[in-house]
Amino acid sequence: MTRKVKMRIWRGDSKNGEFKDVSVDANEGEVVLDVIHRVQGTQMPDLAVRWNCKAGKCGSCSMEINGKPRLACMTRMNSFGDDETITVTPLRAFPVIRDLVTDVSFNYKKAMEVPAFEGPEDLKPGEYRMQQVDVERSQEFRKCIECFLCQDTCHVIRDHEENKKSFAGPRFFIRIAELDMHPLDRLRNRKQKAQEEHGLGMCNITKCCTEVCPEHIKITDNAIIPMKERVVDVKYDPVRWLGSKIRKREGIN
Amino acid sequence: MANNEIKYDRYRFDVVVIGAGGAGLRAAVEARQAGLRVAIICKSLFGKAHTVMAEGGAAAAMGNVNENDGWKVHFRDTMRGGKFLNNWRMAELHAKESPDRIWELETWGALFDRTKDGRISQRNFGGHEYPRLAHVGDRTGLELIRTMQQKIVAMQQKDAKEHGDAEKYLKVFAELTITEIIKDGNKVAGCYGYWRETGNEVLFEAPAVVLATGGIGKSFKITSNSWEGTGDGHALALKAGSALVDMEFVQFHPTGMVWPPSVRGILVTESVRGDGGVLTNSEGKRFMFNYIPEVFRDKYADNEAEADRWYKDQNNNRRPPELLPRDEVARAINAEVKAGRGSEHGGVYLDVSKRLPADEIKRRLPSMWHQFKELADVDITEQPMEVGPTCHYVMGGVKVDPDTTAAYGVEGLFAAGEVAGGMHGSNRLGGNSLSDLLVFGRRAGAGAADYVKKLGGKTPEASDKAIAKAHDHLNAPFTREGDENPYSLHHELQNVTQDLVGIIRTESELVDALKKLESIRERAGKVKATGGKAFNPGFHLAIDLENMLLVSESIARSALERQESRGGHTRDDYPKMDPNWRQVNHLSQWSGKAVEVEAQPAKMLPSELLELFEMDELKKYFTEKELTKGGN
Repeated sequence: MTRKVKMRIWRGDSKNGEFKDVSVDANEGEVVLDVIHRVQGTQMPDLAVRWNCKAGKCGSCSMEINGKPRLACMTRMNSFGDDETITVTPLRAFPVIRDLVTDVSFNYKKAMEVPAFEGPEDLKPGEYRMQQVDVERSQEFRKCIECFLCQDTCHVIRDHEENKKSFAGPRFFIRIAELDMHPLDRLRNRKQKAQEEHGLGMCNITKCCTEVCPEHIKITDNAIIPMKERVVDVKYDPVRWLGSKIRKREGIN
Repeated sequence: MANNEIKYDRYRFDVVVIGAGGAGLRAAVEARQAGLRVAIICKSLFGKAHTVMAEGGAAAAMGNVNENDGWKVHFRDTMRGGKFLNNWRMAELHAKESPDRIWELETWGALFDRTKDGRISQRNFGGHEYPRLAHVGDRTGLELIRTMQQKIVAMQQKDAKEHGDAEKYLKVFAELTITEIIKDGNKVAGCYGYWRETGNEVLFEAPAVVLATGGIGKSFKITSNSWEGTGDGHALALKAGSALVDMEFVQFHPTGMVWPPSVRGILVTESVRGDGGVLTNSEGKRFMFNYIPEVFRDKYADNEAEADRWYKDQNNNRRPPELLPRDEVARAINAEVKAGRGSEHGGVYLDVSKRLPADEIKRRLPSMWHQFKELADVDITEQPMEVGPTCHYVMGGVKVDPDTTAAYGVEGLFAAGEVAGGMHGSNRLGGNSLSDLLVFGRRAGAGAADYVKKLGGKTPEASDKAIAKAHDHLNAPFTREGDENPYSLHHELQNVTQDLVGIIRTESELVDALKKLESIRERAGKVKATGGKAFNPGFHLAIDLENMLLVSESIARSALERQESRGGHTRDDYPKMDPNWRQVNHLSQWSGKAVEVEAQPAKMLPSELLELFEMDELKKYFTEKELTKGGN
């Protein structure tokens, strides 16, 4: 079953841009990315769009569809009304390179600022022992496909370029939480660093990031809020503060 | 054109790794640890390579779940899976080294699923005698690539601390495509390509280049591969004067999605069957019992009762035939559909809902649950999935030295992962790919590092002439005459390979395919890119198309030569496996005008490896003459 759909596609570069209206076929079961590819193959051969797997696993085809941050490969065409015009625009929080492709290097810079996993020195490869229940908390965050939709939607940086310097964003809060909750990570003070160096305090838990996550990671509830609570604990509880100085695994890390 | 007119960025490294999937990243880590300056080139963004799509797991005989497992058992399974055409030395190294490669990932932060006693859990998979696949739900590839991506970042952080520059020794070049290997005589001098973002050209001067570019799936219409699988490394190696081995062997994964059309080919992990999923036809029959080949009769259950018991008691029952190697299952599904017993949309049914409770399915197969729910409106905890074969993996690839991964015929060129050939013989077992890219990725990094160190200061040089040639080639889609549309030509190519070089092949169709490929090649010379050079997918495809054409020609020609059926190569006109053909490898080389295929003798196993098998089993694969003579 094929129908004609109307699409408004933003085309341009870092300097100029405009919407182009197209009418294009859509077949049963298709997703927005299929239709964009059809536009590319038949009407606009140089239309820039980033994509890889077309299966929701790589997080490349992030864009804004009718103003919402989405993966184009996981947005079904039948989720729109028959006469609805579908508007596709590049991610707003990042500089445009061309058409639907943005410069997401901000995220790779922030990744560089999160200290890496530090494993136990007394265990050799193959000697790690961890319980499933203990790794599951971190595993939830490691489902992240780095589509950066959470970064795009986060109002701390979405319209506030000036905050980017001091704010790592939800993607990297779950990275920090993941390491913090790793049963064998030795590095101390990950939470405090999140607060002091990565801008955790700027998040006011509106949960926008959780809403757009295609992997359904509970970013706010399971990563950000627990870290915020523990940071507050340690800042104001002198006994726990002292405890944390003595042994990592007691109280707060 | 004089070189002072050509504008390009210029970098100098010790080792350039082309490809940032599992094999490339593991190679880069190793070469950096050997003290060298390394460039990692990603065609996409860092961390997006096709490895993220690997689902089921990485095979390694750690023996965490069944202590009877060990490298010898893994080696035997791999050789059986590949129908003994595997490069035995690669299969041996792979089986021996996989456990260390997995354990090492844990020390870099990987979090695999656990056994009750806290070790890495291992799951069942087709063709593996014991539960062997280290896994994280059904997103193991993502865990592998993220772990290595983060390891690279960790090494850069260390370099920043110690040398004041994070990118001094290890630099990632994202969204950059390499179009040419540049040589000085017969030695690698570097490579040339372009930034996708701007179209600007780049020269890398480096004495060693590691190809880790993955597969070729995008040459076929129905494929599980992402857009990057355009056979770039295969083509680069051919054009540089190296050779590809056994390209006729292409794996069609038995279970890709078939409905709706837009998701056709997307992978449905083998773990569904490993965790108890059964295949049925339109009559509701578990048809796999009718397709157990002679060579596997003693290892697979021939009735449902025994097959079902196996999930609880593996020591006293034979395995369910749904877990036969992939080539067998894919052919069986194909035959059922052809016989008119297919599902509504031309596949068969795969059902795990009757075996496991809904919660358990969601826990073990979370991405499958989402994938079907969101893309096909199917709830796999209640309904069966519709599945059918999809082009998944190429067993053939660059002919390499097993120990160093040095590519045949060109000094300084190395290859690892899917782009390399030999390891998997005629058919790869599920789970053996992730372990392959760790084992041989590491060996490629080490091999390249050793080579560079031995060169001393005598670094080969990229000549002006070679640079000008690479520049002209790269710009051809803009400068040449013609009006062919790269997208339509790509579709045509995919139809030819899918219809004529697909899962079942015959001589007349292969001859026809080669004719059609020739005409597509002619027209590819007239492909025109419109628009500018900055992030222009039409231009990118025009370049990639050449690679897919070379690869397709190599596959079709090798397939035409091999007059038997084995693993990922099934000939309708030669339906039997023939031990005489086990002694033959096919070598593809580029003459400058066409891909030429030459038969070469496959090496016999050494006696210590041959002795790992029972004589009765060997008789199914080897000629009497070979067995009388014995191992080398």
